[in-house]
Amino acid sequence: MQQDPTGPAGSPSSGPKGRPAGAATEVFLTLVVAGQLCGVPVLAVRDVLGPQAITPIPLAPPEVAGSLNLRGRIVTALDLRRRLGLPPREAGRAMSVVVEREDELYALLADAVGEVLPLPPVDRAPNPPTLDPLWRGVSQGVHRLGEKLLILLDVEQVLAIGA
Amino acid sequence: MRMDDLLADFLTETSEGLLALDAALVRLERAPQDAATLAEVFRIVHTIKGTCGFLGLARLERVAHAAETLLGRYRDGSRPVTQGGISLILAALDAIRGIVAGLEATGQEPPGEDAPLIARLDAEADGAPGADPGPGPAAAPPPEPDPSRLPAGGAPPQTIRVSVEVLEDLMMLVSELVLTRNQLLQLARSREDSPFAVPLQRLSHITTELQEGVMKTRMQPIGHAWAKLPRLVRDLGLELGKRIALEMRGAETELDRQVLELIKDPLTHMVRNSADHGLERPEERLAAGKPETGRITLDARHEGGHIVIEIGDDGRGLDAERIRQKALAQGLASEAELAGLPEREIQRFIFRPGFSTADAVTAVSGRGVGMDVVKTNMERIGGTIDIQAREGRGTRFVIKIPLTLAIVSALIVEAGGERFAVPQIGVVELVRVGGEGAARIEHIKEAPVLRLRDRLLPLIDLAVLLRLRTGAEAAGGPMEAAAGRFVVVTQVGAHVFGFIVDRVFDTEEIVVKPVAPILRQVTMFGGNTILGDGSVIMILDPNGIARATGLGADAAEAEAGREAVPQVGAMSEAGTALLLFRAGDATPKAVPLGLVARLESVESGRIEQVGGRPLVQYRGRLMPLLPLSGRWDPAAAPARQPVLVFGDGERCMGLMVEEILDVVETPLAIDSAGERPGYLGSIVVAGRVTELLDTAWWLREAGEDWFGGAATAGSGHRVLLVEDSGFFRNLVVPALSAAGYAVTAVPDAAEALRLRDAGCAFDIILSDITMPGMDGFAFARALRHAGAWRDLPLIALTSRDAPEDVERGREAGFTDYVAKFDRAGLLESLAQCLAAPVAA
Repeated sequence: MQQDPTGPAGSPSSGPKGRPAGAATEVFLTLVVAGQLCGVPVLAVRDVLGPQAITPIPLAPPEVAGSLNLRGRIVTALDLRRRLGLPPREAGRAMSVVVEREDELYALLADAVGEVLPLPPVDRAPNPPTLDPLWRGVSQGVHRLGEKLLILLDVEQVLAIGA
Repeated sequence: MRMDDLLADFLTETSEGLLALDAALVRLERAPQDAATLAEVFRIVHTIKGTCGFLGLARLERVAHAAETLLGRYRDGSRPVTQGGISLILAALDAIRGIVAGLEATGQEPPGEDAPLIARLDAEADGAPGADPGPGPAAAPPPEPDPSRLPAGGAPPQTIRVSVEVLEDLMMLVSELVLTRNQLLQLARSREDSPFAVPLQRLSHITTELQEGVMKTRMQPIGHAWAKLPRLVRDLGLELGKRIALEMRGAETELDRQVLELIKDPLTHMVRNSADHGLERPEERLAAGKPETGRITLDARHEGGHIVIEIGDDGRGLDAERIRQKALAQGLASEAELAGLPEREIQRFIFRPGFSTADAVTAVSGRGVGMDVVKTNMERIGGTIDIQAREGRGTRFVIKIPLTLAIVSALIVEAGGERFAVPQIGVVELVRVGGEGAARIEHIKEAPVLRLRDRLLPLIDLAVLLRLRTGAEAAGGPMEAAAGRFVVVTQVGAHVFGFIVDRVFDTEEIVVKPVAPILRQVTMFGGNTILGDGSVIMILDPNGIARATGLGADAAEAEAGREAVPQVGAMSEAGTALLLFRAGDATPKAVPLGLVARLESVESGRIEQVGGRPLVQYRGRLMPLLPLSGRWDPAAAPARQPVLVFGDGERCMGLMVEEILDVVETPLAIDSAGERPGYLGSIVVAGRVTELLDTAWWLREAGEDWFGGAATAGSGHRVLLVEDSGFFRNLVVPALSAAGYAVTAVPDAAEALRLRDAGCAFDIILSDITMPGMDGFAFARALRHAGAWRDLPLIALTSRDAPEDVERGREAGFTDYVAKFDRAGLLESLAQCLAAPVAA
């Protein structure tokens, strides 16, 4: 596992075939944040929402976009662009991926939500040491996905703001 | 004896038995393992069965027998007690009652068929499946209890037990229902002749009634929270040698059980305080011309949507002068700040963290934690606490809390384009400003104020406070001149202030939901909620706003002060004077000014190097110099080297810095993240991150070589320093640390005793004499009296060193007596006391 993380051998096609421990393959929901492909474990996702009316919260940390009403529950929305230090969203409206932590719901705002993919851990590469420290803090590793690289978001860390 | 008499006796006995059985069975159901209850039930049923067999009452006997068999199984443990089983036995008892009623009426067993009931009882006893209780077709007609046989006073109120969980769930569901109702009403309002209007109206009424009904189920009399107080007060009276009468009024006043739980401890604490601090000893009372027995009163009543609780005593009241001195001594405020405060404000210092005026620490109170916690707890549930005290006459605390936490009525306002909810409890009045003929907002410098009925009301622009608009936009901007805005007048404690909003909408019933943990540091909001239109809205917390703007906790909003302009944004928290300087890198450094003996500017030419270490001749001695940047390069040194001198006249060391920047007064909120050796952590001074110097560390750096053998003298002996003056603590701790002692410093005797009781171990104790709370003499006596520290050497550190003081100290149990600023004397005394065994 250790020797091939970045090599071409770790291409996604070879992964699923030679997978003895199939149960270990986690399933991820992909999302796009300012062109960057990201993934969150599908088990952590409670809901995926289209554009929502979001009430801004004055004085909140900048990453907090506001709060929204999800069937009577108040959900705190975090803008992934701001969380990842990316330029603000120009136009169009954000999709929300709702996750839960300690009985609280949080919506992660992304530009688009993609598909659900099984990603075998074999194909996962550790964060390159040169990765932006901010990203290193929230990324659990990198997956090669065809032409693109997918960042595996660590939901716990993404939500660890203002602490 | 005739049969009729026997029968009459039997009937009386059986009726009594049946009554007892009902209660016992309910108990059994709750505690199925309770052998005593089970035995009692068995015995009663057995007696009934036995007697009716003797009287030839066949029907009764069969039913009772079946019930007894089942109970026997329960008793010998061959069958577990189940709810179904208990229900069956209750059904059997009902059947018995029916038959007994018939017997009474006619003298004969009424006809009827009990076979199905008996079959089910038998099945249950045999553990056969399908033995469910069911509504059991009791053969007899439903028994009509004979009124003459019921206990006098008629039937008790019918009650059932419901678990708190069920009530909480109901409450939550109703809360959601209220929200949905509000949403529907909002939708209907936008349409003129909706066919839903009428049914909606009805739904609305029913919802309101349901809400009130469910609220009632959660209500409990406040007396529940008071139940333990009489005993507590009695014990306290004995312990303190005081005679105390406790009067409680309004114990039946009901409030939400959640609120009740939250105020229970604070109330107990306050009663404790009254008994300990408030009431005088009997002889003092007599001398003051008061009855020997002190009175503590508790009074609860409803007022509007709130409950008001007053806790009063007829004791000594609050000594404003003493509070003033303590506040000064504990560094909570400066002399100048105190001078400008009215007495009422001075009294409010007791709500500040760490404040205690008890002269002596008793087992009861005076430990300096308390009223601040009470205040915080009250504020947390949206309540307020105020104090009215008259010296010599008594103290009265007035607490106002909402009846329930779940649903509050709130005013919806708009500021800076966003809507916010303001709980009605915080709103005193609403003033329209800026429009035609309305009051006008005026400005003193930039601070907005409103003249309201001869009062100058400090104002806060909500939009500016929440950074939705800048101050420049707000002040004198067109916003205010135009359509007009509103001032929401709010009271927090004794402070009245207003916040400016752009618009005011309706009031709405809202369900307060806590904010997400990642937003907790935004103290301006007490929660959030979902409005009728489905949008999320933040709930403003007037307490938080007051704190954030420096209005609530401490800023001087002198009641009569016409010139008193609120210092919006300026916290007037008591600060520590810090010397700011630069050394090494660009980050400013700071050290408490109290620790620096002198600031010197030394000519570089006079700095010599001995063994690679710079030093300078200073006041006839050699003073080691430590470069704060790590190394000192004589070539690159400036012509004059700024030096911070630490220590006393005989032993001192100098820290070489690059530039002295400033002296500022600021609260010490140290963030120890990013800590590195020589620094305690970082603080923010004037918007810049500043590193706080760890003086003890630097003294150690110098001490190894320059304080001679001193470093080994302490050899890690554990010293406890009890000293109320932060300044002096700052002096002694580094000096002793440098001499090799492990020093723990506490601000008062109470804290020291707490450490003792917590099992902390020390080798020697240094104590100040003049301290708030328990003084040094009392502390020494307390130590010598009992406890783990009984035989520890104890040194008095004092400025009072007259012979009679020294004598008094020895009597109290001090081992030695050292003048406060005699560093050498202290080190010598420490060494001596630790070397020689203590004379007990």
